[in-house]
Amino acid sequence: MNTFNYERANAPEGAIHSGAVHGAKFLAGGTNLVDLMKYGVEAPTTLVDINHLDLSQITSTPDGGVRIGALVRNSDLANHSTIKTQYPLLSQALLSGASPQLRNMATTGGNLLQRTRCYYFTDVSFPACNKRMPGSGCAAIKGYNRIHAILGQTDHGSTSGESCIATHPSDMCVAMAALDARIEVQGAKGKRTIPFAEFHKLPGTTPWVETTLRPDELIVAVTLPPAKFAKNAYYLKARDRNSYAFALISVAAGLEMDGSNIRSAGIALGGVALKPWRIAEAERVLIGKPAGAESFHQSADILLRGAKGYEHNAFKIEMVKQGVVRALTLAAQGTPEGIQS
Amino acid sequence: MMQAEQAAPKPVKQLDHRYEGIAKVTGKVKYAAEFSQPFSKADLAYAYIVQSTIPNGTIISIDRKAADRAPGVISILTPFNAPKLQQGPPQPPARRNLSLLQDNTVSYNGQPVAVVVAKSLNEAKAAAAMLKFNYAAKPAQVSYKDHLGEARWPKNPGKEPAGNHRGDLQAAFAKSTAVIENTYTTPIQHHNPMEPHGTIAWWDGEKLNVYDATQYITGDRMSLAKTLNIPLDYVHVVNPVVGGGFGSKGSMWSHVPLCAMAAKVTGKPVKLVLEREQMFGPVGGRPSTVNKIKLGADSTGKLLAMQQDVIMNASVLEDFVEHAEGPTKNLYMSEANSVSAKVVSVNLGVSTFMRAPGEAPGTAVLEIAMDELAEKLKMDPVQLRLVNYAEKDPSHDRPWTGKHLRDCYTQAAERFGWSKRSATPGTMTEGNALIGYGMATATYPANRSAAQAVVRLLPGGRMFVGSGTQDLGTGTYTIMAQQAAAGLGIDPSMVEVKLGDSTLPKAPVSGGSQSSASVLPAIQDATSQLKLKLADLAIADAASPLHGLNTLDIDVKNGKLINKKNPAQSDNLIDLIARNGGKPVEAMGSAEPSESKDAMTSNSWGAVFAEVAVDKDTHMVKVRRIVGTYDIGTLLNDKTGINQLMGGVVWGVSFALHEDAHVDPVYGRVVNESLAEYHVPVNADIGTLDITVLNIPDLKFNPLGSRGIGEIGITGSAAAVANAIYNATGKRIREYPITPDKIMTA
Repeated sequence: MNTFNYERANAPEGAIHSGAVHGAKFLAGGTNLVDLMKYGVEAPTTLVDINHLDLSQITSTPDGGVRIGALVRNSDLANHSTIKTQYPLLSQALLSGASPQLRNMATTGGNLLQRTRCYYFTDVSFPACNKRMPGSGCAAIKGYNRIHAILGQTDHGSTSGESCIATHPSDMCVAMAALDARIEVQGAKGKRTIPFAEFHKLPGTTPWVETTLRPDELIVAVTLPPAKFAKNAYYLKARDRNSYAFALISVAAGLEMDGSNIRSAGIALGGVALKPWRIAEAERVLIGKPAGAESFHQSADILLRGAKGYEHNAFKIEMVKQGVVRALTLAAQGTPEGIQS
Repeated sequence: MMQAEQAAPKPVKQLDHRYEGIAKVTGKVKYAAEFSQPFSKADLAYAYIVQSTIPNGTIISIDRKAADRAPGVISILTPFNAPKLQQGPPQPPARRNLSLLQDNTVSYNGQPVAVVVAKSLNEAKAAAAMLKFNYAAKPAQVSYKDHLGEARWPKNPGKEPAGNHRGDLQAAFAKSTAVIENTYTTPIQHHNPMEPHGTIAWWDGEKLNVYDATQYITGDRMSLAKTLNIPLDYVHVVNPVVGGGFGSKGSMWSHVPLCAMAAKVTGKPVKLVLEREQMFGPVGGRPSTVNKIKLGADSTGKLLAMQQDVIMNASVLEDFVEHAEGPTKNLYMSEANSVSAKVVSVNLGVSTFMRAPGEAPGTAVLEIAMDELAEKLKMDPVQLRLVNYAEKDPSHDRPWTGKHLRDCYTQAAERFGWSKRSATPGTMTEGNALIGYGMATATYPANRSAAQAVVRLLPGGRMFVGSGTQDLGTGTYTIMAQQAAAGLGIDPSMVEVKLGDSTLPKAPVSGGSQSSASVLPAIQDATSQLKLKLADLAIADAASPLHGLNTLDIDVKNGKLINKKNPAQSDNLIDLIARNGGKPVEAMGSAEPSESKDAMTSNSWGAVFAEVAVDKDTHMVKVRRIVGTYDIGTLLNDKTGINQLMGGVVWGVSFALHEDAHVDPVYGRVVNESLAEYHVPVNADIGTLDITVLNIPDLKFNPLGSRGIGEIGITGSAAAVANAIYNATGKRIREYPITPDKIMTA
């Protein structure tokens, strides 16, 4: 039997100590890790249960931002009054993801570490996946690749040990990227903060390395800077059914308006790359301009520079174009009142 | 007896709740894999099926050293050590070509190639992962669409011939003023009932007992006996409730005999339950179809010629034909008609019956074509269907036992508000949403087979009814209780029902929408026989007020035998039994289709209307309303019946928008083999469902006037949604499912 040790951590230091052991994994909501263990994709030697750590608070920060404990459940975060009123983009993104049952379990920290839904990663009977078996190739390139990446992928052919065209599946992360979140981690050597854009890694030459988190580090919180996009935020998600489906593409769009002109913008894409896709220039071109289709199109074109589609996912390029324009248009019109789950 | 001349029967008193509903919601019922008796639970071993990871080739060897040593392992069956079975050639589709470890060939990716039996499921799975297969792989063909030129006639077409022609097709097209010709495709779908396939098998000497999740206990028993080469009487199959089947549990698949073989080899009771991902191949699926449809009509819309040529995937193991051409043959009247159904063999699992086999994809494609023809003719789609109304069965040139489809169109159109539809696509909008209305016709044959039942009047006034049928979650228990109760005029809550046990009188497979239409007449016959027995008991009983009367003068009402000529003279059934030994009185009954059944065609009908909202930028579809009115004869139970029709309509939405098994083009394996990735609708995808029935008895079909309703709901509803999407967007998607990317790029 696939046996493993189970430890319940009562303090971050103990968790970090236990988690640093080779083959150990932290267990939070378990909504992704436990499935992958059942599929035989993950086989941790030790599960360090961190659910009893005191990391479930949402608090204000001195600079006017907010600090979200790593164990805050997705449902609680989405429905928190500060998040709903000040960071509606995050609330919308969270509520568009998964199902109520999963959101009740899934945590903020766990969501950051959610692994790809690439079929060739989750089904161990496929012999080629560089994430699961480094060096084995990428079966998705010549396979059924409708849910795969169009941006930032590594494609040296299906047999290359560096190729990977998987996507990151999270909705929460797309909003957090647009909101300039920072990730607080704690390790044996102390604490540090990682800017959101530097947390997830593109496949590069090592698709099996997914984040800049070090083996001895535990995510303890996510901080958001003071809210800029409360009044003009829209999370757009195109998917195959109206709930409980991963994004074909998604767009997190936040605008800070100065009268009818745009003062600043945050735009990130989901479902298109191995990390939330954000290009500073796509936001810069909007600054000082009135909200309108012309500049929104320009922004979309910048985001899509270098995009490459495959047999089954080429549609994503046009879908992103339309999605960016629509999300920015709706954001400019004002954050919607009711939020759909 | 000329049933046609009978008056409509009095409505049967309905049970106002699902017979087994409370037991289900309180967790008291046991599904096949949940039993822990009568064998010793401590002895129960767990089997896990190991599947091939290549689509074509042979197994040269299996390194099993590590697996054999793994904790808890009791036995590992492989093609190199499994018991040899002496079985005849398979006779599809009744008997499937199974994978029972009899040779080392691999015909598809996911084929059962070993069975690990261990003390626990986790130990069995862990050991399974340690087996190392050395394959000699051969080139595989997994996509049939790249090989349509290789299409051939099927070896076993099944219920209908694979080709059919009438009239002069060329001449009829030549004089048509409006012709449409297009290609329409439907995907591979997998049934995915909530309850996975599961079996518990144990042997008492040479006798085999199984709990098995099946839609057909009698068939399961016969197939097990034949496959394992043991006498029929030695097999006992039990299955009191089924968590959905949709056709995938209509045939016995490989895991059932494999479980029995594992029980034999280990000498233990063995449980084998398929994982969700194991249900995408080894237990059948609906094949994908490519349909070339050509319709020709005159300027009044009258169809002159209809042609449909279907090509589908078939497993190299076995031909199975999805008769998607069926509706083109008999849904509308046309002068000339030509259909064909051909197959291309591929390295995939065997195809099989799936809810409304034939008619589900058939109506899904034909009814889009009809919408296109209506548009070309500038006719209302309902009007086009009325112009071509088939007053008799066009393919057999014989009358229907009952058809009130016109009333379905009228009633559903009225309830829907069809008159408010704008015929010009893209002209109804609400904010960023394009609104569309669409409609289609629903159709499914009314089937009926021979069935038997037993009824007993019990001391104290309760009743028992039994039949070897199945309840797939559809309400069989409920309608059996009320039919038995009606026979003696007692309240249906006084009836105890037993089904799902092969020792009970035989009943047909719960498939083809035939269970209620077959089993209830048998119960009706049994209660008639019971009434006669009870009357005879009273006549012979000196203490009965009915003593000495003639049998024909005695009727039964409200739990009493009464003298027809003097209703004040009666004998309470409870008293009668008490006076006569206090023992149950039993009667058997049976019913079968009349010999004249081939003189007429029995079919159910419906009209489905859908309203959709399509987002202009995300291209996502929201089905806001579906209105369906059905002509299904007598509705036996309002609650379970309407519920079943609703479930069918949801399947139609699923067909239209969601379901699609994606096969990897290289490895031939279904990649989206979970309910997270194989999409079926969630609540947010289903708007308002307004389902009504005409409730007009079809007494020429059976004495209850009731036709089955298991499948008709899915027919027509997919095309109604597709046509609504066209009306909303002006984009005609001819490839199911209609996903946002297809709408965007059309």
